[in-house]
Amino acid sequence: MTTAATTSYLDRLLQGQPPASPLSWLNQLRANAVDRVGALTVPTTRDEDWRFTDISPLTKLSFQPAQGVPPLAPATVGQWAIPEAAARLVFVDGIFAPEHSFNHAGLTVENLASGMIRHGAAVQAHLGRHAGFEQNAFAALNTAFLHDGALIVAPRDMALAAPVHLLFIATRKHTASYPRCLVIAESGSALTLVEDFVALQSEAYFTNAVTEMALAGNAQVHHVRVQRDGAEAFHIGNCAVSLAQASRYHSVSVALGARISRHNLGVVLAAEGAECSVDGLALIGGQQLADSHTLIDHAMPQGKSRQMHKCIVDGAARAVFNGNIMVRAGAQRTDSSQSSRNLLLSGKARVDTKPQLEIFADDVKCAHGATVGQLDVDEVFYLKSRGLSDTAARNLLTYAFGAEVIERISVASLRNRLEQAVLAQTQTAAPGAARLS
Amino acid sequence: MIYQDSKTLLAVRGLHATVNGIEILKGMDLTVKSGEVHAIMGPNGSGKSTFAKVLAGHPAYEVSGGEVVFEGNNLLELKPEARARAGVFLGFQYPIEIPGVANSQFLRLAYNTAQAQRGQDELDPLEFDDFVREKMKLLEMNPDFLDRSVNEGFSGGEKKRNEILQMALLEPKLAILDETDSGLDIDALRIVANGINQLANKDNAIVLVTHYQRLLNYIVPDYVHVMESGRIVKTGGKELALELEARGYDWVGSELKANARVSI
Repeated sequence: MTTAATTSYLDRLLQGQPPASPLSWLNQLRANAVDRVGALTVPTTRDEDWRFTDISPLTKLSFQPAQGVPPLAPATVGQWAIPEAAARLVFVDGIFAPEHSFNHAGLTVENLASGMIRHGAAVQAHLGRHAGFEQNAFAALNTAFLHDGALIVAPRDMALAAPVHLLFIATRKHTASYPRCLVIAESGSALTLVEDFVALQSEAYFTNAVTEMALAGNAQVHHVRVQRDGAEAFHIGNCAVSLAQASRYHSVSVALGARISRHNLGVVLAAEGAECSVDGLALIGGQQLADSHTLIDHAMPQGKSRQMHKCIVDGAARAVFNGNIMVRAGAQRTDSSQSSRNLLLSGKARVDTKPQLEIFADDVKCAHGATVGQLDVDEVFYLKSRGLSDTAARNLLTYAFGAEVIERISVASLRNRLEQAVLAQTQTAAPGAARLS
Repeated sequence: MIYQDSKTLLAVRGLHATVNGIEILKGMDLTVKSGEVHAIMGPNGSGKSTFAKVLAGHPAYEVSGGEVVFEGNNLLELKPEARARAGVFLGFQYPIEIPGVANSQFLRLAYNTAQAQRGQDELDPLEFDDFVREKMKLLEMNPDFLDRSVNEGFSGGEKKRNEILQMALLEPKLAILDETDSGLDIDALRIVANGINQLANKDNAIVLVTHYQRLLNYIVPDYVHVMESGRIVKTGGKELALELEARGYDWVGSELKANARVSI
């Protein structure tokens, strides 16, 4: 593929941009993003950052933003409902669907288009400031389309245990959607956010999402991201999180769907004493590719980070994990650990895992480890020695491997549903396979 | 206990087995009848644990000769899970930890597999919870162990109790307990032994693989066998265990060599 061809592909994607906003700063931000889209190209495997992820199948297809969406029955949306949710925003093919959404008194959960006007200064201070698009064609593309999305503002000292649910439903093939989410957690607030990407159809579409989060001092956010897109979907997600003093961010990302998915998660510990846990699970098979790139940036002293990333890969699928831990000069007394554990269920399955530690401070504690393997022979034998069939034993162990990540999701109904999804995917149909449920 | 009319459960004849190409079992013979308790003793490296694992069908061990007949059928033809379903149970020397699988879930799965084999009803989680709590009393186990991951973070004694709990649930015809006494303090040893004694009856049999005599103070064997270099070199009653405790294993070997010279 030539550079000219890829550039024109991005230009084609730019068609159908929303009309100008009444907010001049937003128009300026969008114009800057359009400029970057013009200058950048679709990444190829020659780019170090995309070495293992060939996104070129995307460029063989064309995608356009949806213009108006069909009404969905409440029951259709209800299948993904989280009963515990305090508030919900639903987006259908990227377009806000107020009839399926509800909010919660005490915090702001509203679509970005109206939120930007009501909370202009706060939004302007953060929108586009965390998720850089200078060198990231997909973040630039998302920003070029920025006109709506989700805005969540947790006011000072407000603690809400019930989750805020953002539900992105893909209903039509060949659509491109550019979900955008901004979370502002004011000092001392506590919030649980679920981003959930689901589909009603299995043909190709393109989701290109950007989420930005700013946690003020002592704020806490539990962030669950579930990507269960359709079988032929392309999913690109960029998430950027900024942590102020003594704030805490806990993230669990689960990738089950899409033909090709790429999730970039960047967390900057921008002030002293910030903490994060960044956990991930990719459970894929067939011809799927799931790529997770994370950057935990310890910019200031006394930060703490924990990361557990797991991949379960079946069929001819391929998982990629690139986990960068950066400890900048001056980020003394950083305490960081990372583990990448990978389970290959077939001879054709593949995982490329790259833990990357860059340490420029001298008084730090950093541990990391990566394993790639198959199910442990002794574990399988132990279960079989209790009468479980080979299939049942392997299914149970595979399930357990994934469940260790799922268990960290604080929303019970979602956790249970995902455990069932992991079960369904790990219980390869075989006669005599014992059922767990 | 030895019964006059008992039937033969297990007959091992001339069993040879290798691991990584090295022969460990070199002509093992053993006959176990229902109702009996056997103890297999012997120094480290004599092949005791290998014998236990070969009977259960561990894939790392290759049988290179001999036969094992269980209730009239060729046990060696069966896969590990089929051996378990036929009524062979191995109590592991080092029970495996399985993070992410709740112990209750694992125990119920194993129990229901056995129930299906016996043609009896499976239990749902609530029914099983009541049932397993009763069984746990036998081993003075805290019910908290149901909610934890299988063996994860269990002490040595807790792991062994969990093994015997599985034996209580599965009700095997033949239980091979590999070093069940290792890692147990004196109280745990008494509790575990008491549990095993209560599970023993005239229709099943127990083979205790052990390095030390102390377990046999609590579970009285009908036969004591001494293994050396991959086969049984001496068989006696329970008093043999006391003699081994007092004199060690060396004299068995030298006695054997002396006899061998005589027979030449």
